[in-house]
Amino acid sequence: MSDGAPSVGIGESRSFRALKTSGRGLSNFFGGLAILFTLWWIGGYLISINPSTTHFAAFGPIPTFKAFPELWSSGTIQSAIAASGYRLGIGLLIAIILGVPIGILMGRSKKFREMSNSPFQLLRMISPLAWMPLAVVVFATWNQSIIFLIAIASLWPIAFATAAGLAKVDPAWFKVARNLGAKPLHLLTKIIMPAISFDVFTGIRLALGVAWIVLVPAEYLGVTSGLGYSIEDARETLSYDHLTAIVLVIGAIGYILDSTCVLFIKRFSWHHAES
Amino acid sequence: MSIRGVRIKIQELSHRYTPKSPVTFDKVNLDAKQGEIIVIIGRSGCGKSTLLHILAGLLRPTDGTVYLDDTLVTAPSPQWVMMFQAPHLFPWMQVSQNVGIGLRFAGWDETKMSDRVADALSLVDLQDYADNNVQDLSGGQQQRVALARSLVMEPELLLLDEPFSALDAFTRASLQHDVRSIAKRLGFNVVIVTHDIDEAVLMADRALIMAGSPGKIYDELEVNLPDPRERQDPAVQAMRARLMEAFQNAANEHPSASSKDVGDDSKPHSVTQHA
Ligand SMILES: Nc1ncnc2c1ncn2[C@@H]1O[C@H](COP(=O)(O)OP(=O)(O)OP(=O)(O)O)[C@@H](O)[C@H]1O
Ligand SMILES: [Mg+2]
Repeated sequence: MSDGAPSVGIGESRSFRALKTSGRGLSNFFGGLAILFTLWWIGGYLISINPSTTHFAAFGPIPTFKAFPELWSSGTIQSAIAASGYRLGIGLLIAIILGVPIGILMGRSKKFREMSNSPFQLLRMISPLAWMPLAVVVFATWNQSIIFLIAIASLWPIAFATAAGLAKVDPAWFKVARNLGAKPLHLLTKIIMPAISFDVFTGIRLALGVAWIVLVPAEYLGVTSGLGYSIEDARETLSYDHLTAIVLVIGAIGYILDSTCVLFIKRFSWHHAES
Repeated sequence: MSIRGVRIKIQELSHRYTPKSPVTFDKVNLDAKQGEIIVIIGRSGCGKSTLLHILAGLLRPTDGTVYLDDTLVTAPSPQWVMMFQAPHLFPWMQVSQNVGIGLRFAGWDETKMSDRVADALSLVDLQDYADNNVQDLSGGQQQRVALARSLVMEPELLLLDEPFSALDAFTRASLQHDVRSIAKRLGFNVVIVTHDIDEAVLMADRALIMAGSPGKIYDELEVNLPDPRERQDPAVQAMRARLMEAFQNAANEHPSASSKDVGDDSKPHSVTQHA
């Protein structure tokens, strides 16, 4: 029991320090946002006093925030988020289902790695949006085409991060595990997956960043739902306050998704901080 | 925990890694009594690790057989487990989860498993560390966790490949003592491979000297000293001198091109004369 005592002390001081840092972190967090909104407000003000741009005054923060209740009560925001979220979710899911096994194969099989490297690097460098015309021809609906774009954009970061994670796995872990009676399935579920989940989530985070950026322009065309469509629609109906409101929603959701990924990455990280 | 040893019978064991590579060792024969602790000393590259891997079933020999009682060793099994120079713990698991991993592979239920893990941890004096992160432990404590992870399977045979060579002298001495006393108390067989003559004298019932290329067992020495064995005990010192002499005879007769030699604590890896 005596061994436990000092570690409790350390834990206390650590959590106290964490509290202090998180207090400072929180004020920095809001401070940064306040600066962003001030700059936005100044921009909106400049637009509104310039006679040639004054009819774009709704780009400013105040008209934008005033637009939210209307957009919300009409259900525009909710249905746009639902439509975009569905495409993003399915696309990412496909990318994970394909990307993780491809990554494991790249990490485990030298032959596969060597054979696949150049084609994958080549495919990876193609902008996902460049697939759009092809996707439209191949898939029956625009919806499917967009999901395909999300999937192809997300596939590479996930596969390469998985392979990189596997490369760091100590081969002796397999020897030890086999020696202690592990079957091939155990190697996968008890050794490989926990060892690389950190890297997989890092890959998903990168993928999400790309996918979220690809999603909006992909929705400008063809479909009649989703955040990208809502922006396009607001532009056509000259409701600029709605346009900026949707832009803000896109930013906020992207930020929340990314932060969620960071939480998962932390949760599955077994690398000990050096501090 | 109840463990019993096993009779080891190695017959005409030969190995070469690839048809083109030189024979690692040739026609090795060895019998070990139930519960015997065998220490194999020999210069770097004479095939000690290879021999242990074959005993563990992690490597198939080119020729010859290994029987443990009436069982032919052809694959790894929790009944004969190997420990390496590094602990190779799974860093995403706590101490207790690391120790219990073999039982988990075997599908034990949680309560039986935690009882057995607690037994194993108290064998190696780590009962207060069950919930620690393995990355927070010292090298010696980590090697103790690895020992507990092997012992929890109640092996008949424990194979140790230079298990303490990365540890400081004090930690090494306490582990040498503990492994021998645990093995004697529980009655399982041990085969240890080492460069350290002191380790052989302190731990062995019988010391085998392996030399040459291809390697063979050149000489052997019964080490019948009372327990506990102390380094400064004259009887231990005398045995050490005998073993050193036997070792040097073997080295002179089978000069190897290798530079890594057997040594003692004060001058590791530098003692042997060159022919
Ligand atoms: N995987 C392998 N493939 C081919 N040759 C190998 C392999 N592993 C070891 N060897 C060769 O087999 C011989 C014996 O190696 P081994 O590792 O068994 O020696 P050792 O006695 O354990 O040496 P050390 O004391 O340095 O650990 C060496 O000449 C080595 O080069
Ligand atoms: Mg070796």
